[in-house]
Amino acid sequence: MHTTAQKLNGSEIFFECLRREKVDTIFGYPGGALLKVYETLYDVTDIKHILVRHEQGATHMAEGYARATGKPGVVLVTSGPGATNTVTGITNAYMDSSPMVVFTGQVPSSLIGNDAFQEADIVGITRPITKHNFLVKDVRDLATTIRKAFFLATNGRPGPVLVDMPKDILNAECDFIWPDSVDIRGFKPTITCHANQIEKAAKKIAAAKRPLLYIGGGVISSNASKELTLLAKALNIPVTMTLQGLGAFPASEPLNMGMLGMHGTYWANQAVNKCDLLIAVGARFDDRVTGKVETFAPQAYKIHNDIDPTNVDKNIKVDLPVVGDSKDFLAQLIKALPEKSENHDSWLAEIDSWRKQCPLTFTVEDDSLKTEFVISRVSEETEGNAVVVTDVGQHQMWTSQYYHFNNPRSIITSGGLGTMGYGLPAAIGAAFGVQDRPVVLFCGDGGFMMNIQEIVTAVHYKVPIKIFLLNNSFLGMVRQWQELFHQEKYSFTDLDESNPDFLKVVEAFGCKGMRAENPAQAEAAIKEALAYNEGPVFVEFRVIKKDMVFPMVPAGGSISDMLLERLNPKTMV
Amino acid sequence: MKHLISVLVENKFGTLNRVASMFSARGFNLQSISIGETEDPEISRMTIVTRGDDQIVSQVLKQLNRLIDTIKVTDLTHQPHVERELLLMTLKLSKATQHEIFELINVFKGKVVDIKQKSITIEVIGSPDKINTTIDIFRPYGIRELARSGAVAIHRGE
Ligand SMILES: Cc1ncc(C[n+]2csc(CCOP(=O)(O)OP(=O)(O)O)c2C)c(N)n1
Ligand SMILES: [Mg+2]
Repeated sequence: MHTTAQKLNGSEIFFECLRREKVDTIFGYPGGALLKVYETLYDVTDIKHILVRHEQGATHMAEGYARATGKPGVVLVTSGPGATNTVTGITNAYMDSSPMVVFTGQVPSSLIGNDAFQEADIVGITRPITKHNFLVKDVRDLATTIRKAFFLATNGRPGPVLVDMPKDILNAECDFIWPDSVDIRGFKPTITCHANQIEKAAKKIAAAKRPLLYIGGGVISSNASKELTLLAKALNIPVTMTLQGLGAFPASEPLNMGMLGMHGTYWANQAVNKCDLLIAVGARFDDRVTGKVETFAPQAYKIHNDIDPTNVDKNIKVDLPVVGDSKDFLAQLIKALPEKSENHDSWLAEIDSWRKQCPLTFTVEDDSLKTEFVISRVSEETEGNAVVVTDVGQHQMWTSQYYHFNNPRSIITSGGLGTMGYGLPAAIGAAFGVQDRPVVLFCGDGGFMMNIQEIVTAVHYKVPIKIFLLNNSFLGMVRQWQELFHQEKYSFTDLDESNPDFLKVVEAFGCKGMRAENPAQAEAAIKEALAYNEGPVFVEFRVIKKDMVFPMVPAGGSISDMLLERLNPKTMV
Repeated sequence: MKHLISVLVENKFGTLNRVASMFSARGFNLQSISIGETEDPEISRMTIVTRGDDQIVSQVLKQLNRLIDTIKVTDLTHQPHVERELLLMTLKLSKATQHEIFELINVFKGKVVDIKQKSITIEVIGSPDKINTTIDIFRPYGIRELARSGAVAIHRGE
């Protein structure tokens, strides 16, 4: 124990702990239970507090920050409604394994359980959506609890941790003692992969004729892109990635197969279908990836590396589980590989023929605009090097198809939960963490309305994000399913009549805005927006209404059921 | 099949809730759960009875391990162990039945813990199967109330 015999109150201890954890930015919103904390914050100069406009915004910002930087995102909100407003953001971080620490104010200890003003049992509410959570009952436990919270959020499989701090504890004084180390006896994640398993995996890889690397977000969070690239190139193994894995392997490499799964590329899905060895790294065989599990990679011997043992054999039975950190897995594999392995030229040629058979394409017309075109152009203009944030819907899937990610930590998107309203705040958070690359947001007209208030935050702090609104006047992704599977009954998805004038809205918030209705205007607007760095800039792209994302594996279907085009061509615009 | 799982957990508020809500959130079967302090006041032992095929039970064990407040998870099913449950049961008592009831209490090695004019409360300790049988046998005599502790279990010593 390291003692600095210094008497501090709970609020001062709180900030002292953040300093020790090297926190430079927190996203927060004040309230009654946090008055003491904000009193202390008044004189804090070394930690930047970002005032959001809704607590949900704070959580998504913290997650955007975390995913762009790899550091935990920190949220500070008051009790009751402040705390309950964080629930969606916490769940989102939980599903996508993002490190985050959420601090909530709580009513004074003596009132807990009395239905006090602005009391909510946030520890009870968030138990199933946090990696762990704490209620601090004694100011002397505060520092240790905060230390544990950061430790848990960032070690093993990352995730959100919540610390509930009653008002009396934030006022009470005690000696500040920062524990030098943390020991949580119930938390001992396996980091190093078992050597025997690695050896078995290496043998299988060396012997495989049609191997495929299936890469998930675990490779991003363990910072293992370098190892992945080395391994894939050394053995000539094609790489397909999940939505969260995109960028782990550079899109510019010929071995890149793009995304697999529901809206994955035809050739990546065919490769899954035909491979004889599937090496899943930091991925969890999500249902949006596998479709019908019985027909997923039917010919393949399956190796599965994940840091979370519960992911192994959860959705799909694998042949060789390797529990441990993905970086360690890949690094050990590289060392263990035999000198000689199979040559995969004919396998790669086969994949290439699928690519030629069904490439990702779209048509361009002079007088109308498509989301695919906008995303492709932004990808080219930024050379695949931007930090790209999306909301949820069709534009999100087109981003995965048409933005060519060349770097890790470059796609920030709500994958597991599919939270509309995630994009704008996540982009703002990402921009607080990353200054050397442009931060681009692709957002739909539906989701944009869900956290639109955060434009004010971006304007106030002059956050130089590029807000690209793909306005198709529809809840496009739902419309797509209605067209394909619900007899074209477009029930409550047409927003044409009710959408506001987005340009006027953002301008009223003080944001620079533009509008583009055809490819020529879009070209110009993209260039202008990318060059503008004084603060946020907004472009509304008025895209066609009835565009569809293909290919598509219908939910629960096999990859062989993949739809490549509209079922009913007359529904085209 | 039925599995008997012993879990050492941190003796903190909310731990039981974390475990129970994990079972319901993931749709696992939870037949019984019991908890009590161990020789170390900071640690409690939970005994859980669940049902499922191998794949499900393996998930149950891993999900239990994943909780931060669990210290050690052991599936006792295929290991030498002792499993006991306590039954407290109040039965109707009458002149006509009392003789048979007392005989049955002896057969089940039960104990009388309370006796009134028209009722008798007994305790029986045994495996959950024995408790099930006990209840079935006594049912015809008229059960007023019963309470079961759920199974508790422990490794057999070496
Ligand atoms: C909070 C929330 N509510 C509802 C949904 C269901 N949903 C998924 S995509 C979608 C449509 C999104 O429309 P828009 O934001 O315009 O994007 P587009 O699909 O048109 O690109 C909806 C309603 C969701 N994912 N999240
Ligand atoms: Mg839309």
